[in-house]
Amino acid sequence: MSSTLVLAQLLNGLQYGVLLFLLAAGLTLVFGIMSFVNLAHGSLYMMGAYFAATAFQYTGSFGLAVAAAMGGALLLGLVLELAVVARLYRRDHLDHVLATFGLVLFFNELVRIVWGSQPVFLQVPDLLSGAIDIGGFSYPSYRFAIILVGLAVAVGSWMLINKTRVGMLIRAGAVNPAMVAALGVNIRLLNAMLFAVGAMLAGLAGAMAGPILSVQSGMGESVLITTLVVIVIGGIGSVTGAFYAALIVGIVDTMGRVFLPLILRQMTERSFADAAGPALASMLVYLLMAVVLAWRPQGLFPANR
Amino acid sequence: MTTPNTSFRRTALALTALASAGIGHLASAATIGLMAPLSGPIAVVGQDQVDGFMLAVEQLGGKLGGQAATVLKEDDQLKPEIGGQIVRKFIDKDKVDAIVGLSFSNVMMASLPRIAETGTVAIATNAGPSPVAGAGCKANVFSTAWQNDGAAEAMGKFAQDRGVKKVYLMAPNYQAGKDMLSGFKRYFKGQIVEEVYTQVNQPDYSAELAQLQAAKPDAAFVFYPGGMGVNFIKQMAQAGLMAKIPLYSVFTVDGTTLPALRDAAVGSISGAMWDAALDTPENKKFVAAFEAKYKRTPSEYAATAYDAANLLNIALGKVKPGDSKALSAAVRAAGSELKSVRGPFAFNNNNMPVQNYYAFETVKDGGRITGKLLATPLTKHVDAYHTQCAQK
Repeated sequence: MSSTLVLAQLLNGLQYGVLLFLLAAGLTLVFGIMSFVNLAHGSLYMMGAYFAATAFQYTGSFGLAVAAAMGGALLLGLVLELAVVARLYRRDHLDHVLATFGLVLFFNELVRIVWGSQPVFLQVPDLLSGAIDIGGFSYPSYRFAIILVGLAVAVGSWMLINKTRVGMLIRAGAVNPAMVAALGVNIRLLNAMLFAVGAMLAGLAGAMAGPILSVQSGMGESVLITTLVVIVIGGIGSVTGAFYAALIVGIVDTMGRVFLPLILRQMTERSFADAAGPALASMLVYLLMAVVLAWRPQGLFPANR
Repeated sequence: MTTPNTSFRRTALALTALASAGIGHLASAATIGLMAPLSGPIAVVGQDQVDGFMLAVEQLGGKLGGQAATVLKEDDQLKPEIGGQIVRKFIDKDKVDAIVGLSFSNVMMASLPRIAETGTVAIATNAGPSPVAGAGCKANVFSTAWQNDGAAEAMGKFAQDRGVKKVYLMAPNYQAGKDMLSGFKRYFKGQIVEEVYTQVNQPDYSAELAQLQAAKPDAAFVFYPGGMGVNFIKQMAQAGLMAKIPLYSVFTVDGTTLPALRDAAVGSISGAMWDAALDTPENKKFVAAFEAKYKRTPSEYAATAYDAANLLNIALGKVKPGDSKALSAAVRAAGSELKSVRGPFAFNNNNMPVQNYYAFETVKDGGRITGKLLATPLTKHVDAYHTQCAQK
């Protein structure tokens, strides 16, 4: 196993991690601060990818595609917040799950009706279509771009929450919404904005993932589950936690997929290792979550309250 | 009191039902149950089967075998238990003459006991699982698609013929993935560098592609149907590997995935029993009609369903309605009469197709991405399981 191969796999894990972070940041804010379980977060990601593909189809510009995905998801998030989510804050989590699961089914069918059941086309921008050579390995430059965008969002959201007045209100609203409202802050508006920003980040994730993944109905579900694992490991409501946990999950999952079958082969028969390796690798992040939950039920980096 | 009234109404209903059933027989109508996955991520496969079948029915003037045809469409959601219920409904309530589609292998296997028990004619347009091809073959169960291993066997033979020495194999970790790789290995005699099974519905293959790159094989053979294929091929192209490692695949680059892949798939080689590019008069007519009607290129799933409708048209024209045993025999015989869009076609003793398997390269022809016929690795191919089938 050469060192460049390990390096390439670390980059793969990092790239997967920052993509998960884009989703986890929004989900953890809504879950942690408004205590709202939003299963439709994956649908916002899917809608982002479809908005991007459609904008790309008409304009041919990847920049506009990303803008359409972010803007579209932001608006959609606002509409959802006002029409559905706002009515549910006071109800219990089971109602949240039911309503947002309904939304998942709704959006899956909606894209099938509007865009058809065939996966739609979204291309890597020409500028980033090449591959960068690292020690004999070609690594797609577009994936570097994903890493950079993810890191930029991480820094930006950290600044927003810890250094700005809005961030202070968000943190205060999480602890005692009644008191914040009594001080004259429109907590309703704050919640709606926060939800919409989370949706926008999901849309951005969808647009960034669109060129490397199949843009199709149901694409949000599998990634949503991993995102939920990320926010549980990181500590619900903590953006910093979501960031570190996303990187941990990304790297653990990637390394597990590559190295578990190889390790198993050293220990057992080839045919058994080939079958059990991928199966074990797919369980790895859940095992990690179980260990974290047993050791630190509040998550690795819980939000400071 | 409403009792007399209710009973009168019931009698009237029963009479009407009897009368309409009688009239139905006089007018001789054929009822076909079409079952395919029509929702969820794999709906595109089911939709193509419906569209292919309905196109043929439309071309036949809404009739099959000269009888007015009613096609009942049901969505099995790719769930075996739902497929089983639909098949029961088709047989017990709708009293269909034939069931077409039958979905993916797992759903088909679950509904098979009921179909075998009643003797209703069933034509699979997307599957040919090995148990049905072998010891579990049935007189009334057919496939106009393929025995599942066929296309992969053709790619194994093709790689062998091309002098490929070292090959790298990849597939999702489930039954069909394992079947495809063993089909490939049945005809490929060179070295297997590595055999990698990935998680089913895995979205990202960057880690596996880095391994593939490090292994430096002469070629790679993969099976990634549907969205998995879109992910895999896009990512392989983006890593710049398409030019470095020749890619052979089955059910990965086809009419369902090409619209999302476009240039990314150029240069890859696919094994299949059919492609839109296949140059026969029947196929040209089919592809042109399909594109005119649905504004997209058909996939192999549309082709197999189109053939199934034409096959039923021949068979239903020769038997009296309601005799499923005679219809089974007529379908078997019609296999050799059918002018299939895929070229040569007949049913083997196990009711699996005897057909050619081709190797197509995805090429850019002008602005259009299309298939180019490279070779026919297997001609009038019979599957590996037919000797286990007791039927003659």
